[in-house]
Amino acid sequence: MTGGTGARADADAIELAGVTKGFGGLTALAGIGLSLSHRSRTGIVGPSGCGKTTLLQVVAGLLEADAGLVRVGDATTARQRLARCALMPQRDLLLPWRTALDNAAIALQNRGVSRAAARQRTRPLFEQLGLAGFERSRPEQLSGGMRQRVSFLRTLMAEKDVLLLDEPFGALDSITRGQLQEWLRQAMDAVPRTVLLVTHDVDEALLLCQQVVVLSARPGRVVRVLTGGGGFRGSRREIVTSPEFASLKEQALAAIGS
Amino acid sequence: MRDTARAIPQQPPGPAVGPAVEPVPEPAPRRAGGPARARALLRRCWPPALIMLAGLGLWELIVALAHVPGYLLPAPSAIAADLATDWPVLEPASLVTLQEVLLGFVIAAAAGVGLATALHLSPVARRAVYPLLIGSQTVPIIVLAPILVILLGYGMAPKLVIVALICFFPIVVNGIDGLRSVDAELIRMMRTLDASRWAILRRVEFPAALPSIFSGLRIAATFAAIGAVFGEWSGSNQGLGYVMLAATPNLLTARIFAAIVLLTAIALLLFGAVSLLERIFVPWAPRGERERSDPR
Repeated sequence: MTGGTGARADADAIELAGVTKGFGGLTALAGIGLSLSHRSRTGIVGPSGCGKTTLLQVVAGLLEADAGLVRVGDATTARQRLARCALMPQRDLLLPWRTALDNAAIALQNRGVSRAAARQRTRPLFEQLGLAGFERSRPEQLSGGMRQRVSFLRTLMAEKDVLLLDEPFGALDSITRGQLQEWLRQAMDAVPRTVLLVTHDVDEALLLCQQVVVLSARPGRVVRVLTGGGGFRGSRREIVTSPEFASLKEQALAAIGS
Repeated sequence: MRDTARAIPQQPPGPAVGPAVEPVPEPAPRRAGGPARARALLRRCWPPALIMLAGLGLWELIVALAHVPGYLLPAPSAIAADLATDWPVLEPASLVTLQEVLLGFVIAAAAGVGLATALHLSPVARRAVYPLLIGSQTVPIIVLAPILVILLGYGMAPKLVIVALICFFPIVVNGIDGLRSVDAELIRMMRTLDASRWAILRRVEFPAALPSIFSGLRIAATFAAIGAVFGEWSGSNQGLGYVMLAATPNLLTARIFAAIVLLTAIALLLFGAVSLLERIFVPWAPRGERERSDPR
């Protein structure tokens, strides 16, 4: 069993200050500063190659920053952060030899929960997130959208406070992506967590996240922080065509282009 | 952290979130049923069977028309007849060889998968041992047979060692390749899902390596019979290799061919058993051959 020690006041907040990370001669991230409040949702957008994925891996504790502070709750070292964050990759990467339910339950098994108990604990959320009836399906039998839902649930079942979503719908067609954005918005309302979402889709970031951070091209720097997204009411179509949304999107696109 | 997290799955299952599910195409039946499968098997088998029958017919014809003496080249019919008449000699010999093949193969499989796992887990060990492993393959294992007979005697031990040595290499190499084939992103994700090194090996890398391990085992299965015969040729008083050696000076050519037929049968049996195990343990593996030969 990992993690879960210490009483923390705003322990789930994420804080980054002056985070720099390079690979060989390349600087991927240059002095990133960010702050996420507990159970808030932050989107990171930017041109491709701006180090978005690197940033997620640094927060997750899969990589250690060259310089700067990275704090997730009370965890500051990479090893500690690893116990606080769960990562959802762009490709679903479901294990073909496991059923959908067993794929979703794998984090529990990794922590030593028996297979039967892990299934039992996963089942309620499996149903709540609209996956009922697909428990025993193999990944190959599921559509791309369904696989991403299972993948998200697998991340959720790690029972971590922080979810790091790395372009979760980047590989889907635009219709399915729209449906899944709507689905994810409701899922995150039903099961609130602190979410850091990396995407190249400005609409997606503004739709799902209260705070949207625009990074520059390499080396990645914070160009602009936009607030006011995420809280929209109504259907996806109503939101996307509303003037408030259009104005935010305009600002985000301008920041990306600058 | 634990407490808030625990509470989540116990929430009352409220109304399902989001548009329930997009329509999913009806999953194709995983495997065709009994009669359909038999038909598919037949479809796959008849071309090689036809070629083999044609070859045997041609052989029979040439021997008959050219009046080839039986001690030079016996006709297929003569070999079949010899299989029946020499069965009292061939049967115990087959059982001995079968035992050597199976035991040697199992030893190689266990050692091969074990070493592949060890080398996979320790990059230092892999760098140290892998080149030696490749280099060892330049030693013709066959020539070690007489030395092993000197070391281990006339019993079964030297044969097992030869069979295991021959089978070992493809199993190790395919095992290492399979274990390394796992997507780095998948490993990273698993680490954020609290997976220990052991959990990653057991839940991700090993299952992912199984198709590759089974290819190694299938290659090894075809080598095993060769190993057993060389072991027997180097010193033995039983087994199919010994039967062949004893038959040669007496020009019992039909018996030699009968022994070859039985050796082939043993190799095929092992190959079939490995393929069957693969179907049982790796039901998710893409079966290219089977699907491509399907005209649908």
